[in-house]
Amino acid sequence: MIGITSYGAYLPRLRLTRKIIAKAMAWYNPAIFGAAKGEKSVANWDEDALTMAVAASYDCMTDRQKKAIDAVYLASTSLPFADRLNADILATALNVDEEGVTCSDFTGCTKSATTAAITAYDVISAGRKENVLVAASDLRKTKMGTNFEMFLGDGAAAVLFGRDNVIAEITGSYSMNCDFIDHYKGHDKTIDYTWEERWVRDEGYGKIIPQAITEYLKESKENIADFAKVIYPCYFGATHRIIGKKLGVDPEKVQGNMHEVCGDTGSAHPFLMLFAALEASSPGDKLLLVGFGQGCDVLSFKVTENIRQFNGPQGLKGALASKVEMDNYLKFAKFRDLIVSDLGIRGEVNNNTSLTTLYRNRKRILGLVGLRCTKCGTPQYTFTPTCVNPACRAVGEMEEYEFASRDAKVLMYTGDMLAPSMDPPAIYGIIDFEGGGRLLADFTDCTLDDVRVGLPMNMSFRRRYKDDMRGFSGYFWKAVPATYEKGV
Amino acid sequence: MATGIRDKVAIIGMGCSKFGERWDVGSEELMVESFGECIQDAGIDPNEIEAAWFGSCLDEVNVGKSALPASIALRLNNIAVTRTENYCASGTEAFRGAVYAVASGAYDIALAIGVEKLKDIGYGGLPEFGSGMGITNGFWFPNMTAPGCFAMLASGYANKYGIDMGELKKGLAHVSAKSHANGALNPKAHLQKAVTEEAILNAPMVAYPLGLFDCCGVSDGSACAIVATPEIAKRLGKKDYVTVKALQLSLSNGEEMSFTDWDGSHFPTTSKASSIAYKEAGIKNPREEISMMEVHDCFSITELVTMEDLHISERGMAIKDVMDGFYDLDGKVPCQVDGGLKCFGHPIGASGIRMLYEMYLQLHGRAGKRQLKDPKFGLTHNLGGFPFMNICSVAIIGRHDV
Repeated sequence: MIGITSYGAYLPRLRLTRKIIAKAMAWYNPAIFGAAKGEKSVANWDEDALTMAVAASYDCMTDRQKKAIDAVYLASTSLPFADRLNADILATALNVDEEGVTCSDFTGCTKSATTAAITAYDVISAGRKENVLVAASDLRKTKMGTNFEMFLGDGAAAVLFGRDNVIAEITGSYSMNCDFIDHYKGHDKTIDYTWEERWVRDEGYGKIIPQAITEYLKESKENIADFAKVIYPCYFGATHRIIGKKLGVDPEKVQGNMHEVCGDTGSAHPFLMLFAALEASSPGDKLLLVGFGQGCDVLSFKVTENIRQFNGPQGLKGALASKVEMDNYLKFAKFRDLIVSDLGIRGEVNNNTSLTTLYRNRKRILGLVGLRCTKCGTPQYTFTPTCVNPACRAVGEMEEYEFASRDAKVLMYTGDMLAPSMDPPAIYGIIDFEGGGRLLADFTDCTLDDVRVGLPMNMSFRRRYKDDMRGFSGYFWKAVPATYEKGV
Repeated sequence: MATGIRDKVAIIGMGCSKFGERWDVGSEELMVESFGECIQDAGIDPNEIEAAWFGSCLDEVNVGKSALPASIALRLNNIAVTRTENYCASGTEAFRGAVYAVASGAYDIALAIGVEKLKDIGYGGLPEFGSGMGITNGFWFPNMTAPGCFAMLASGYANKYGIDMGELKKGLAHVSAKSHANGALNPKAHLQKAVTEEAILNAPMVAYPLGLFDCCGVSDGSACAIVATPEIAKRLGKKDYVTVKALQLSLSNGEEMSFTDWDGSHFPTTSKASSIAYKEAGIKNPREEISMMEVHDCFSITELVTMEDLHISERGMAIKDVMDGFYDLDGKVPCQVDGGLKCFGHPIGASGIRMLYEMYLQLHGRAGKRQLKDPKFGLTHNLGGFPFMNICSVAIIGRHDV
């Protein structure tokens, strides 16, 4: 049996109520009032598609599952690097083995996640791979006062495919491709270019999704009524309902498009909707999943008994519950670099990134893999091979020690108004890890009032800097207050 | 068996420029200004200087690399000049180089000069730390500044002793108010205005919990010293000459940052450097024997905590001593007599030598309105870097006959 063996999600904690966008921008484009319901998830200024994919992947896997991975696929239309394997940065952040693991980016359209899932299914079926992680994530920049700004949210999802303890068996897949351009992003552009909504709605979503599902059912000899949930993305609310109606699906069996709670998260969206369906499912239920973008992917699943024991995804549940309302549209616009403000001369420093140093220390920096002295057992985040324990001082007796998933507590901290920051004050301090080791680190996803000595913290992979001159994004780990239980 | 530096080297001359926002001059003029006073005080010809040590820290925005800027500005006589850089201990390091050179017998007369020109960068505070932190550190160090890092210490100190942050802030306000009162008596100080504790407490926040007046001045300035053997001091007719009693340095080894023993409330380096310095100087009870101090009050919390690490206030008792006026100008151990980094200013490479300059003036009875009665030992202290990773220097100088 091949299928989903685990899954995890990540929604950034910030939510922007669409009424706030409408209030700020409807003077410019009154049409956005039509979508001004609910809220969209908004990534913090130090997040991007890659960092969110890392968070979702950590939510998805236990250490044991992580060690068994033999392929990492990353699906997104908004990856930070056009030529540098983003999936490999993800794999390094996860501290997955470098030897024998296939990493690949799936990109180019918003159905990239379902395409990656079908590929995972194919390679496992062929006996070439055992455990394939498919992470999907999007953080799409939109123009101010547009419907896209209203529709889209930021988020990530991760699914582990394999043969052990399958939660939802894959029972079939189907793909159709056509160059239907509802939007595109040309070379060197950062924002999608969109075509007339009526055409996208009626000729795109409204026709292509029903057509692909119909073709799949014809091929698999299944009936739409067999499915407990039919899951397809479509940010046009009315069209989303009409598609179900066209296919003859009972409206209660159409999985909601999550417009109210986070918005359309692009590549991640089919997975997030699938998770919501899985949460409400029972063993034996059949689920039909569709990815849309230059055609359609269709996947069918059958939920197994293992769903009863499955404890995830805490990331989605936790993030949905622990959200923080963003009440300032201009702050959102600044986070997305849509308006020009002044970081001051102090903020202009722009050092080149030493790729030699980064390569040598890739595990230490991207994976937060520290050291533990094998003589005295002291965990330490350091770059010298000499043990930090004054009672030991062994040299070169270190083994790797992962800090990323460990709980920590604040030892000391500050909120700094002098340091150039996108969201002042810059909060940072020293944290002590449970079991030993400490780290000087930026804090994020918190306000100064949230922090105190002794506050429980978790680690989060974040973008530390963006070198716009050279197009490089630098990553490290930051500490965030532990707001909800970690995943599986 | 090493015998320490006590009384092996005499200071025969010192000079210090006016500190402040010296928009009109560069590092060259600043060095010439302090050197002019120093050479006149020493009463020797510049060509009698056999070797020099030059302290400057932020060379990226300042004089550039090497010791050439000092050699050229002062037109030294093609002698050996060495640049020292060790964060905020850079000036004291220059002094240490000159003193050790004389003590070794390699030279009879040596110069230590420090300078920093910080106000040519276009923004307040110290220059951005990012380009000077080292390539590997650049990948993971937080987006941090000096006030932020020292502010962290306040959270660690308050937590350790269970002190309400409001109470700690009051103690810190007195630390700064005292230095402002002293600075008001010093014509060379950057900031010469007395400030009330109320104004200090109400100042805008720079890095929680430190406000504007918890931070020292960022200034341009230079200071220098000429040191020689005691025999030369006597030959030059300097009856009440001052000698070096102790010179110690202690550096973090990464334990504060990476080992979980440090509780974030104090400076282990200062504790160690001062203990060895007292021993070197023959001081048994610093609270009774030290006459006066210039410590590294880059931030009010640094000074407060340093009082404990110098073994003058007991652990957890610095606030009480501060509030009792123990460190005020008329207190038992006056601290920051010249206004400190807080008000005299902090041109990094010059600061260590500027502290010695005030101790030197006091020991010679030349400190004007700030003059203390009959001081014997003066202690100076620098803390370069950050609470969790630093360089501490401690120097003690005194009258040659005590």
